[in-house]
Amino acid sequence: MADDTTAAAPLAGDPIAGDGTTPKIAVIDVWKSFAGKEVLRGIDLEVTTGESLVIVGGSGAGKSVLLKHLIGLIQPDRGHIVVDGEDLTCAEPAVCLAMRKKFGMSFQEGALFDSMSVFENVAFALRRHTRMREDEIAARVHECLAMVHLEDVDAKMPGQLSGGMRRRVGFARAIALQPEILLFDEPNTGLDPITSAAIDKVIVEMRDSLPVTMVTITHDMSSAFRIADRVAMLREGRILAVAPPEQFRVLPDQYIQKFLAGEPLEEEEVA
Amino acid sequence: MAPEATPQNAVVRFFERIGSMAQGLFEEVGRFFYILHSTLYWTFHRPFDGAQWLRQMVRVGVDSLPVVGLTAMFTGMVMALQTYRGFERFHAEGFVGSVVSLSLTRELAPVLTALMLAGRIGSSLAAELGTMRVTEQIDALYAMATEPLHYLVVPRVAATTLMLPPLVALADGLGIFGGYAVSVGLLGANPVIYWEKTFQFLDLNDVFSGLIKAGVFGLILSVTGCAKGFFTTGGAEGVGRATTAAVVMSSVVILLSDFFLTKILF
Ligand SMILES: Nc1ncnc2c1ncn2[C@@H]1O[C@H](COP(=O)(O)OP(=O)(O)OP(=O)(O)O)[C@@H](O)[C@H]1O
Ligand SMILES: [Mg+2]
Repeated sequence: MADDTTAAAPLAGDPIAGDGTTPKIAVIDVWKSFAGKEVLRGIDLEVTTGESLVIVGGSGAGKSVLLKHLIGLIQPDRGHIVVDGEDLTCAEPAVCLAMRKKFGMSFQEGALFDSMSVFENVAFALRRHTRMREDEIAARVHECLAMVHLEDVDAKMPGQLSGGMRRRVGFARAIALQPEILLFDEPNTGLDPITSAAIDKVIVEMRDSLPVTMVTITHDMSSAFRIADRVAMLREGRILAVAPPEQFRVLPDQYIQKFLAGEPLEEEEVA
Repeated sequence: MAPEATPQNAVVRFFERIGSMAQGLFEEVGRFFYILHSTLYWTFHRPFDGAQWLRQMVRVGVDSLPVVGLTAMFTGMVMALQTYRGFERFHAEGFVGSVVSLSLTRELAPVLTALMLAGRIGSSLAAELGTMRVTEQIDALYAMATEPLHYLVVPRVAATTLMLPPLVALADGLGIFGGYAVSVGLLGANPVIYWEKTFQFLDLNDVFSGLIKAGVFGLILSVTGCAKGFFTTGGAEGVGRATTAAVVMSSVVILLSDFFLTKILF
């Protein structure tokens, strides 16, 4: 539950107004613990409109938890998430629900509705939130599935798909409605290089052609540098660094250099 | 340092145990009423998902026909057999029909049907929603600006609540028929007199109160199943626990509320 005493204070300091450009998403001093284990420990992060932000970090660093905070699936213990100037942490459930129409999210494990076929999964938001005709829906669904190199899977049930296929259907489902904000949790983990590159291509094309704001989690650094306007490193519940790719590569931080080079940590560095 | 095992500590631990049990109880009750309240709230919100309602009604109503019918029929048959043996002792065999019809419509058909459905539907609701919870499908619904209580829970609760009364009405009929078949066919009762006695003391109110009970039981078992599923944590094991708990809890609550409903309704 949000602590009421902190409700006004961080907003007064106004990271929202900043330099005149309102960030699409502002994460302000967000703390979260599960059963006494602190996962997020004071996250501050801004995502500007039309930007593609990539979050990297070790396994279990709290990336998925952070991403779920952005869309209000998890409420922070402390701190605020502000989307388009609206504070998600204080908002009424109805406001939160309406707010989520701006979002598309693909989950780490796909999270496909397993009682529905692939087609129905991708068409779900279109049917629910638009007045598109059935043939328009079918066209859009096939377009999205083709983008992630999936064909002839319409009638398949999620249980009949491979893990990578499920993740791609989840990706297609997230982009189907062409939302303003897209959140991708490891969209290309476990995919072969060609399919993975196809997903990167979809992200890059959307970044360059649409005013869409994207936050992507990935473990694949080459893919991160390809799709990112800025890269953020999450470690021990804090944002260690945020920088555009070319600067991120040469950051002097030891942990980041080891992360980029794929080297193990020394004994004393292990948290 | 570990606390010493003094008598004071034992007392403290005892009250801690009571406290945590009470807390768990309040949590369960709170979740039940949370789901109940939100279901009522969302039932009257658009979009109205007619296809889902229909699908759930088939699942609850049509698919339960065999098990409900079988239960009711054999209950009626056993009732006839038992009361006949008893009433024979004071030459009141004529009233077997009345006893069978009264106890079926007022008590046995609603309660037994509800208990069967707690096993059949309550458990599957808990398993279904629990699986959706642990595989993040419920989160995915939220992420697509769809309230899961609206999309998932409302049609399931509504279908169960609406389908229980007709199922119980059918159970009434089949149970009475079972009693008739045993009495007339097996025990040699006079068919005309049996039939007459069956309806002599049976009021429409008896039937209606049974049907009202059925609706309330349907609400209880579906809300319990959905609440258990909706708040599942802890993977496959958690789903298993939620399923068991849904059946146990809704059965107990059905039996408890049956007493109070009977007290109120008659
Ligand atoms: N619902 C939850 N209940 C309890 N603990 C949780 C929950 N969700 C996440 N955690 C804990 O939070 C920590 C971060 O989890 P998270 O899923 O965000 O990691 P991640 O950075 O996405 O890792 P990966 O790269 O492996 O996906 C983990 O230690 C996990 O145990
Ligand atoms: Mg993750």
